[in-house]
Amino acid sequence: MSEYLFVAGLETHVELQTKSKIFCSCSTAFGAEPNTHCCPVCTGEPGSLPVINREVLIYAIKAGLATNCKIASVTKMDRKNYVYPDLPKAYQISQFEEPVAVGGYIELDSGKRIRINHIHMEEDAGKLVHENGYTYVDYNRGGVPLIEIVSEPDIASVEEAREYVEKLQLIMRHIGVSDCKMQEGSMRCDVNISVNRKGEPLGTRAEIKNMNSLSFMEKALAYEYRRQCELLDNGERVVQETRRYNEATQTTESMRNKEDAQDYRYFPEPDILSIGIGKDFIEKIKRSLPELPDALRKRFASYGLSDIEIKRLVEYKKIADFYSEAAALSDPKIAANLILGEIFRGMQTEEEKERFDLMFGVKAFAELVTLRAENKINAGIQKKVLQKMLECGGSPKDYLSAEDLAGVDSGAVDRLCAEAVAANERAVKDYLGGKEQALKALLGYVMKATRGKADAAQVEARLKELICK
Amino acid sequence: MPGKIAEYSELLRSGKISSTELTKAYLDEISASNPKYNAFVSVDPDRALKAAAKADKAIKNGEGGLLTGIPYGVKDNIAEKGVVTDCCSKILENYRPTYNAAVIEKLNAGYAVPLGKNNMDEFAMGSSTETSVYGAALNPVNTSFVPGGSSGGGAAAVRAGMATFALGSDTGGSIRQPAAFTGIVGLKPTYGAVSRYGLIAYGSSLDQIGPMTTSVEDAAVVFDAISGSDKRDMTSSPLSSPVSDKLTGDVKKMRIGYPKEYFEGIDPEVKSIVESAFSFYEKAGATIKEVSVPALKSALPAYYIIACAEASSNLGRYDGIRYGIRASDYDDVNDMIMKTRSMGFGKEVKRRIMLGTYVLSAGYFDAYYKQALRVRESVSEAMRDLFASVDALLTPVAPTTAFPLNYTSENMIETYMSDFCTVPVNIAGLPAVSLPAGTAKSGLPVGMQIIGAKFREDVILNAALAYEADHPVKTDMGVRI
Ligand SMILES: [Zn+2]
Repeated sequence: MSEYLFVAGLETHVELQTKSKIFCSCSTAFGAEPNTHCCPVCTGEPGSLPVINREVLIYAIKAGLATNCKIASVTKMDRKNYVYPDLPKAYQISQFEEPVAVGGYIELDSGKRIRINHIHMEEDAGKLVHENGYTYVDYNRGGVPLIEIVSEPDIASVEEAREYVEKLQLIMRHIGVSDCKMQEGSMRCDVNISVNRKGEPLGTRAEIKNMNSLSFMEKALAYEYRRQCELLDNGERVVQETRRYNEATQTTESMRNKEDAQDYRYFPEPDILSIGIGKDFIEKIKRSLPELPDALRKRFASYGLSDIEIKRLVEYKKIADFYSEAAALSDPKIAANLILGEIFRGMQTEEEKERFDLMFGVKAFAELVTLRAENKINAGIQKKVLQKMLECGGSPKDYLSAEDLAGVDSGAVDRLCAEAVAANERAVKDYLGGKEQALKALLGYVMKATRGKADAAQVEARLKELICK
Repeated sequence: MPGKIAEYSELLRSGKISSTELTKAYLDEISASNPKYNAFVSVDPDRALKAAAKADKAIKNGEGGLLTGIPYGVKDNIAEKGVVTDCCSKILENYRPTYNAAVIEKLNAGYAVPLGKNNMDEFAMGSSTETSVYGAALNPVNTSFVPGGSSGGGAAAVRAGMATFALGSDTGGSIRQPAAFTGIVGLKPTYGAVSRYGLIAYGSSLDQIGPMTTSVEDAAVVFDAISGSDKRDMTSSPLSSPVSDKLTGDVKKMRIGYPKEYFEGIDPEVKSIVESAFSFYEKAGATIKEVSVPALKSALPAYYIIACAEASSNLGRYDGIRYGIRASDYDDVNDMIMKTRSMGFGKEVKRRIMLGTYVLSAGYFDAYYKQALRVRESVSEAMRDLFASVDALLTPVAPTTAFPLNYTSENMIETYMSDFCTVPVNIAGLPAVSLPAGTAKSGLPVGMQIIGAKFREDVILNAALAYEADHPVKTDMGVRI
């Protein structure tokens, strides 16, 4: 079975977080009473006309630039005709012939590039609600802007598919065009998958529609790969069709095959004129883009952070921004430790990390980092102060007494260490006899004498030095 | 011929009559005459009188403009908030828009008085008003004949003196041909000159709202009131400008083209009446130039392909879910939509939806739709080139005078073909005015069409004004003040 190559291409729908819909000024806010964010345009009332929201165009261009695409100098909308009650005009305004962005790529950690064929803009449909034997339709979501990011069939494994989607998510979040939450539907994937033997032409592909979580996508792809391999091994043929993933049975099942495939009768949307996109306009958007995740990763690595630390710092846009600034103002290593340690401990949920709501600003945080870096306070005091700041805000100075800040000069530490060694012969003997614990008594002596201001690690090192001399 | 609107406006301003009195006179005329002509499919006297009272107040306060207090009719495909606007189709039965069309907003802001909805071919698909679910409108000149279509109700209302003016829509001649058949003036503005927001779409890239009036001056006044760019319609243009103050009736040095292709296959009587107009213009100081538009021949099929393709998509939304009728007995949602559409649409609409669906289908798209777009481009280009050497083209509006009743349904292809004089203008997005050229021996009016370059409504209306001044039409029907 493993002799078959896995070939997949993804169509990723990303809901843009613009304030208003793509063709009218209705709100895109989620969770309102049904049919309250509606107007003649997004309910397709006869005679109404769509007007493209400039913000949507800007967001789509951002997404294109951030995925290394070329932005079209002229883009236009097309109609995709199909009948479904959640689609009030019986056509979706989308892009077919001249999408906003073409020819980009996403680079995986391995260095392999997954090419992006194009990105196009389109409107979302409404939502059907089944209740008490009736079907209701809620058009609040109708006209919410989407972009569809269409990859080439460059994805060669389930793992690559996951990494590609995660990278896309991260990029979209960082450039601020979408929160890309698969569970909430602001990101959905359709996957085209086929298998073939090396050196042979590509196999017949099946499309798996509407996967709304990464783990489902992984399971669906793994299953579908196996299914297609088995079919071929048994001398059967893969049918070109659309399939869906059934969560209960953990299998994919046929939705419709090629014969009943829809003819969408695409044609140019006559209500919306072609949109010219000037070079200056693109440049202006390019300049407004933040540092992208890959660049952030490279920069953070130059601070000597580990891969796992970098991953956690880059994962949420606000954290990455906070850390970036703190690293520029203070010691990057200590700053990373504090964020990933003390601060993360207080943020259990994804939402908390996403919001990254702190009572203090990055300047106060950098001050704290610097105090520690310059050894003006020890780790214990730093931790206490950070706790206070997390609870009540403010800056380190609000919580440090003159005495805390006075610190302990190293001469005094040396003297106290020597005193401790001299006064605790027994403990020294125990330590030399292999009882690591015995050192704690000596450490306690010094810390007590300095009222906890001495740097415990520094004291411990000095004590060991004296004992083993 | 002085416009009715200016005349009424003067009477209103001087206090000789009130808008309430004027509106009542029109409502009375509708009560008396509409049963004969079926020009209005709904009339709301209360709404009209309320609007008239508002207009009277505005006049007293010195507000408003030329259209303040003037009663008019609205084609049944132009949205008015809360007023049944069903495109004379069963499928939109009782549909009341939740908003006003841009043109209605403008007329409301100017305190014009809406009388009611004018009859039309179902979804503006037809040339006789006979595909209306309310039955045909009749031609006030001779009720054995149709008033043309699709804006036939508006034409009949204006000709019969049941409205000062009417708003029509023109996708392939739907303002100009009924104007010609009833002996009134109809202006199809440049595509983009008037907002389509609120015009229930037939062929979106061709549709345009325009005035139907008894005089050229009135057409200019109404055009000025309804034109201008609208941020709710991306296809509307800022390039149009008011025309009333540019009308002089002077055609000296004007270059008028005689496009010979337009005169082929025209009824000899119609042809000679329209051709005689050239001698008038020559005498008035214009120069006449014979020109040729070979691309014209393919404009008609291209028009039907594009209009039907867009219509098949535009009319997809009538599914019985949100408004209009819904079939009562069905198995599931698809069955419901199918049955609703089967019972809700008339024969001609179904024919065009099927035609449009076909030309957009995979495998046929390139041969039909794409090819039609290429033809459209070449016609547009040919027209652009022509207007470098002439200021206007003078042509017939239709090959014949008005059709007898029940003629078109028996002669469908001939009826489609009869649009060949009007559709190139829509294909190329040009402005054109249809005005009375003369009268046939049958007593039926013969119209002529003056076509101009984009956004040159001033040029064509000026030419029309000159002809009209020399060839006054007796319109002695309806309201007399
Ligand atoms: Zn809306």
